[in-house]
Amino acid sequence: MEFLNNIFVYIAQWIRETLAALGFTPVWVEMGMGTVYLVSILGVCTLAALFYVLWERKLAGYIQYRPGPNRLGPNGWFQTVADAIKLLTKEDVVPCGADKPVHLLAPVFIFVPTVLALAVVPFGKGMAAIDLDLGIFYLIAVTSLSTIPIFMGGWGSNNKYSLLGAMRAVAQMISYEIPLVFSLLGVVLITGTLQLQGIVAAQSNIWFVFLQPVAFLIFIIAATAETNRAPFDLPEGESELTAGIYTEYSGMKWALFFLAEYCNLFIVSAIGVTVFLGGWQGPLLPSWVWFLIKTHLLFSFFIWIRWTFPRIRVDQLMNFGWKFLVPLSLANVFITGIGVYIYYNGLGW
Amino acid sequence: MLTQYSIVGILFLGAMAFGAFTIVLSRILQSHRPYPEKLETYECGMETQGTAWVQFKTSYFLYALVFLIFDIETIFLYPFAVKFQSLGLFAIVEMFIFFIILIIGFWYAWKEGALEWQ
Repeated sequence: MEFLNNIFVYIAQWIRETLAALGFTPVWVEMGMGTVYLVSILGVCTLAALFYVLWERKLAGYIQYRPGPNRLGPNGWFQTVADAIKLLTKEDVVPCGADKPVHLLAPVFIFVPTVLALAVVPFGKGMAAIDLDLGIFYLIAVTSLSTIPIFMGGWGSNNKYSLLGAMRAVAQMISYEIPLVFSLLGVVLITGTLQLQGIVAAQSNIWFVFLQPVAFLIFIIAATAETNRAPFDLPEGESELTAGIYTEYSGMKWALFFLAEYCNLFIVSAIGVTVFLGGWQGPLLPSWVWFLIKTHLLFSFFIWIRWTFPRIRVDQLMNFGWKFLVPLSLANVFITGIGVYIYYNGLGW
Repeated sequence: MLTQYSIVGILFLGAMAFGAFTIVLSRILQSHRPYPEKLETYECGMETQGTAWVQFKTSYFLYALVFLIFDIETIFLYPFAVKFQSLGLFAIVEMFIFFIILIIGFWYAWKEGALEWQ
């Protein structure tokens, strides 16, 4: 049991010791560990995206009372593998009017925020690649970077649909970033630490979803908007903008955007689990299994939202973000502050 | 501390290398037969009129300005939130003043119509 719980920690330790035994200096051992983390994070990214693309299609099928993909392999489980191979061999069309370097660099950059964010996510007990002191702050900083490649893609395509989609994406992502940041701030007020492992440890008695229910709700809404998913999928609203930012992308470049989108949703679910749902803590099963179960449930919840609600209008989107979520999240931080003060000092001033 | 951030650097480069590698790989595997019609900008079959590089709507600019103010404010609020418990009454009064100033600014932006989508 204890062995299973720590299996990945042991593997990391073993690699570190092997590198040290081979006669590398400490700096090079660290660099080697960095490469190991990189490979494992890329592995998690790819596997998560491959699995969740299929899972979303399956679940969407069941929600709409149809079987979903069910031809390839047992119950259609090999569908995304076939799709990935197809996308890899598809012709890559670059429109002649495009700004070619920008058009090319956007899908290269789109993966950077995703990988950087996964580095601090605690997958289990002692299982964060780097457990930064700045934890949450780093996460917010890194995830907000993903506006840049999206805008690069929209601008570089030289297509009206793409540019409109990109403008909408940026406006939406900056508008919903503020409620997202404030909702996490409530938790920081309670724990007094930004370190993600510290936040998980602080939830050993009670999950923060019970102490901060409003913040959790704001987080869910803002995270849906940040990842550009329905009902906030205006940047690529098919019925009005063809494919929005992705209109001029084909083959592997498009696949990279798609992969990053699903990874981002995985990260958002992982952050939600870590900050509000007790992280990797849970009885009996190994910590990383608990983490995966919770993340999977939260991810499925996001899928459920997507296939239940219709898309909202752009003015409704902005009004809801600025005139409802921002004041609400400010009030939540303020009330949490007063509550924390009373809890620690009592009512006697 | 420094090693942690150097690992962030490795991840940054590695992520870019991953993107570049897959694009190069698909470049090798794919068939590549371009012709002029295929390379046209896609606008549902109509001929393209002009470029897409146009001026922005001013609403976006106003939202960006308000966003900038709030974003800078979060940079102040996070260290404050970490130290909140040890600062005691001072912190809560400070937070009250900070929020009042912020809310006045927010109210002004709201009143002037910066948050209206036209």
